[in-house]
Amino acid sequence: MQINVPHVAKLASLPLKKEEIQKFQKQLSAILDYIKKLNEVNTRNVEPTSQVTDLENVTREDKPNPSLPQAEVLKNTKSKHNSFFKVKAIFEA
Amino acid sequence: MNLNQLTISQAKKGLKEKKFSSVELTRACLERIKKIDSQINAFITTCEKEALDKAKRADEQLNNLPRRQAGGTIEQLNAYPLLGIPIAIKDLYSTKDIKTTAGSKVLKDYIPPYDAIVVKKLKDAGAVIIGKTNLDAWAHGSSGENSDFGPTKNPWNKDYVPGGSSSGSAAAVSADMCLAATGTDTGGSIRLPASFCNIVGLKPTYGRVSRYGVVAMASSLDSMGHFTKTVEDSALLLSITAGKDPLDATTPEQPVPNYQKSLKKGIKGIKIGVPKEYIEKGLGLEIKENFEVAKKVFSRLGAEIIEISLPHTECANACYYIIQPAEVSSNLARYDGIRFGNDRSFFGDEAKRRIMLGTFTLSAGYYEAYYKKAMQVRTLIKKDFDEAFNKVDAIIAPVSPTPPWKLGEKVDDPLKMYLSDIYTVTANLAGIPGLAVPSGFINELPTGMQILGPQFSEERLFQIGYAYEQSTEWHKTKPKL
Repeated sequence: MQINVPHVAKLASLPLKKEEIQKFQKQLSAILDYIKKLNEVNTRNVEPTSQVTDLENVTREDKPNPSLPQAEVLKNTKSKHNSFFKVKAIFEA
Repeated sequence: MNLNQLTISQAKKGLKEKKFSSVELTRACLERIKKIDSQINAFITTCEKEALDKAKRADEQLNNLPRRQAGGTIEQLNAYPLLGIPIAIKDLYSTKDIKTTAGSKVLKDYIPPYDAIVVKKLKDAGAVIIGKTNLDAWAHGSSGENSDFGPTKNPWNKDYVPGGSSSGSAAAVSADMCLAATGTDTGGSIRLPASFCNIVGLKPTYGRVSRYGVVAMASSLDSMGHFTKTVEDSALLLSITAGKDPLDATTPEQPVPNYQKSLKKGIKGIKIGVPKEYIEKGLGLEIKENFEVAKKVFSRLGAEIIEISLPHTECANACYYIIQPAEVSSNLARYDGIRFGNDRSFFGDEAKRRIMLGTFTLSAGYYEAYYKKAMQVRTLIKKDFDEAFNKVDAIIAPVSPTPPWKLGEKVDDPLKMYLSDIYTVTANLAGIPGLAVPSGFINELPTGMQILGPQFSEERLFQIGYAYEQSTEWHKTKPKL
């Protein structure tokens, strides 16, 4: 069982250099072999656990609360325009 | 004794009795950092100016306490249980206006506009934030070597790893650069470095402490905890950080007990389980011998040692290394360089590995065989603990299969690194708390053990840990630096 590294990297938006692909292929293969041992465990009729708190439907009042001012929110970006984050165009005009 | 070598308990007493000021205490820590941190690399950022400002204000508060009656003074001090105490923060926690990097080049210039709730609670309690500590980038690691800012060295022997991912926090407390430090434990990242650095490390119950404002690693496993020099200090810190938080929907209503109340009760008649699967294969001989000696201390103190079984122990690590990377791949999706930070080409190798592994196990065609299967195994692992805690009050176990290893020894083999986590991941999968306490030395390098309990049993863990600690001398030894 091999992970298709270029495919997975694309799904995860991870820019990889050509030299890296082989290295990761080898390392991930070994890890995949290790985690395969879960196949030996009998999990018939076992419910999956996604979280351990038993909490459900935690909600709050639908009332607005103070939040960060715009200036603070925009403080760390390299690209902004007025009070917006400026990003690369996705569609051609 | 230098002021920076004090425990929180000792420092509080000294401040109250006016033996020294918070500025003097804070200066002692800052001087210690200046003197040795170039050798240890525990800190990414030191907040000298902010720390001294806060220490000055703490001193004003300490000096202006109403002198009408002694009781008045004590009441005021109780409202600020950490007044004037220098504490370091793992660089995974957001600190307002102070650079927060998560140990990664992606965030090397990121300055958060808000504090994590834990940081806010510590500040409100009067703590002096002295700096941000080094860590494996994104908390991905067991040795500190995955930091983009250079590895942290073990203060007990600088050729060896301090453990990770909270490497800097553990080294800083161990080397007396601060009186306590925060950490996170997703698969052992507090308990392992605590054991490798001869200090106390607490992984609270999942949901006991708010995760708001901390860079998320694996959201169903992350636990916000801390490092201290003694069990007593650990109990004090938890009483400040624990509690339901409306900003973290995974914190239950569970009331916060007085964690220091049962501390000195002793452990006569307490049933302590030893899981046979943790002692059989995989455990290094010297650790096994060390653990056997520790076990005898518990018996001598009046506890009943009972052999128990946690049958799914062997597949826990594989289960963890499916669930955790899957959740990591989701949590790290936000780092796209748009609103903050650098783009994804700045991720280090380990982050890339985990993101790819996670993306793969969650992808169409593989989700059932890997992620869903792991979630089912997780149910079985949790059930093992639930059943064990019907028979015993707590469990003791080794933390690491080996003593600390040399820097560079495992960096080229990611799988080898993952195998250091076999005894710690189980607590995260089950959501239970674990207290790591020093248990001695092997070839002059520290080793520790962990005390595990049912969810929300931290009070019991402190009681057991305190009894053990007080009948040993480990917490009184210091590294030669």
